[in-house]
Amino acid sequence: MSAPVLNISNLSVNYSTDRGTLHALRDVDLHIQAGRIVGIVGESGCGKSTLISTIIRLLSANACVEEGEVLFQGEDLLALDAKAMRKLRGNELAMVFQDPMTSLNPVLSIGRQMLDIQYRDDGSKAEKKSRSLHMLERVGIPDAATQLDRYPHHLSGGMRQRVAIAMALMTEPSLLIADEPTTALDATLEIQIIQRLRQLQRDVGCAVLFISHHLGVISELCDEVVVMYAGEVVESGGTRQVFDAPKHPYTRGLLECDPASIQASDNILPVIPGQLPDLTDPPPGCIFQPRCDRSVAQCSSQRPRLDGQGHRAACFVATS
Amino acid sequence: MLEYVIRRSGLALVILLLAVTLLFAMIHMMPGDPASILLGPKASPELKAALNQRMGLDQPLLVQLARFYADLAQGDLGTDVFSNRPVLEMVLEQLPYTIVLVLAAIGGASLVGIPLGCYSAIRHNSLLDRLVGVMSVAFIAIPSFVIALYLLLLLSVKWRWFPAMGAGDSGDIVDQARHLVLPALALGLGWVGYIARLVRTSMLEVMEENHIRTARAFGLSERTIIVHYALRIAVLPTVTILGLGIGTMLSGALFAEIVFSRPGIGKLLHEGVLTRNYPVVMGSVLMTTAFFVLCTLISDVINAMLDPRVRDGESS
Repeated sequence: MSAPVLNISNLSVNYSTDRGTLHALRDVDLHIQAGRIVGIVGESGCGKSTLISTIIRLLSANACVEEGEVLFQGEDLLALDAKAMRKLRGNELAMVFQDPMTSLNPVLSIGRQMLDIQYRDDGSKAEKKSRSLHMLERVGIPDAATQLDRYPHHLSGGMRQRVAIAMALMTEPSLLIADEPTTALDATLEIQIIQRLRQLQRDVGCAVLFISHHLGVISELCDEVVVMYAGEVVESGGTRQVFDAPKHPYTRGLLECDPASIQASDNILPVIPGQLPDLTDPPPGCIFQPRCDRSVAQCSSQRPRLDGQGHRAACFVATS
Repeated sequence: MLEYVIRRSGLALVILLLAVTLLFAMIHMMPGDPASILLGPKASPELKAALNQRMGLDQPLLVQLARFYADLAQGDLGTDVFSNRPVLEMVLEQLPYTIVLVLAAIGGASLVGIPLGCYSAIRHNSLLDRLVGVMSVAFIAIPSFVIALYLLLLLSVKWRWFPAMGAGDSGDIVDQARHLVLPALALGLGWVGYIARLVRTSMLEVMEENHIRTARAFGLSERTIIVHYALRIAVLPTVTILGLGIGTMLSGALFAEIVFSRPGIGKLLHEGVLTRNYPVVMGSVLMTTAFFVLCTLISDVINAMLDPRVRDGESS
């Protein structure tokens, strides 16, 4: 097995809010091997976005990294100064954001934005332009030369997200972080973009951290999957293993609730009863215990750990 | 772009025509009969009738308006009742002083206010930011003629740094510039804080937008992000308000011109109103309005240059 590109261990992040300290991430462990695609799945508020913001060090001002380390190619990102961090961003570490309608600058042309992000290269303007052009063609944008002179509002959501992907992959990063890149798009576009992303990932050879709450997309694209719930990793492993034989009760619930897996004859959508715990005052034991239908006495007093290698779950009653 | 400018210019022309018609009506609603004011209380009815006829005041209002437009189309703004000089000539003589004053005031205020607001936003809640906040409110609250009087007292009468009266010798640029400083300060000082607040607010908003996060995620320098990615968007509302602000400034210029005994359209207008010299009042108001409409047009064109969405007729 090759060396991990990204190695997150023991990461805890808090937000200070009016209601007190909000424990957004607790003891998160995550490893990404070079060239692999790892998916993070979880519902809204499970800490996916906080995790990404921590990795690229764009956390909001009221956030604080309590403990842990984020090793990127062996270097702790949390210990880097602003200048060294900036050197990695958009270079070795690239990012595609969720909402293509607002993630590109509205007053600068596509060409100008693609030119600006190549500021590290010494090449001439013409060279940079032809690289932008080539990249737009690779993500499947028709008539790429014309698009360079156009502005984001001239393009559809799907096209804008292709531009965002082209920009992110232009510098051939070692790790691409994609934060729900297809959530804002309709289903047919979603599949097209996913396929394109998969192909480009193979060409560039980068690792991908892919965040989504769409289970179908995760199972289609990812080699490994990490399931998050309320700021903790509850299960991780190979995509097939996790999807075919989920260990954690939450993962099972999540898979059962996926509309894609529901028989047409069932008239009721299955749900996980209860709601997300209050993260300013998380339960002392297992984070999922209040909603779990299989909890035992141990669950409400002791926190289960995510130990071992391969397919594993943070659960006392997990079926192995 | 060209299409936008043409479209916008047509609109400007319509606005100008409407404004002039409205002003025409308002001037004629002003109490006071011009003939009695001009000729004095002892003038004979015949003399008054003769003057009224000469000024065309005996005609129905609509006819007067039509005649005014017809003359205007030929570039004729009428003649001054006293000196018999063409009003157009008088106005064109005075207008440059006012334009220079207003542009100096607004230009100076922007040059200081925009960077100040930008800095306040980037280092918000810093000492300078708080200081700018307090000063802005103070300067916005004080009327410009009060500022003008205090500037006169301090900088001119007490310290004798700048001349107090007039516009300086014609031809002597340095002298004219020295004469410009006080009135421009009086007019523009309140705007510095206002512009700074405006830019600060929109800058804070823009810096929170997703595309700024994208720019950061690509490792662009803070300088590039602030100047090229954020400020360009953050100044848009300010540009619009500055275009409109010229209107407020033109009325402020009237005070500044009177306090500093400076030639200009404000002073001409003031004298015209006092003597019910209709052609002069109408001429100065018309040219001032035209200048104002032109300024809003220019600010719209600048907006369109900065924002492609405006160019394409999309609301941003």
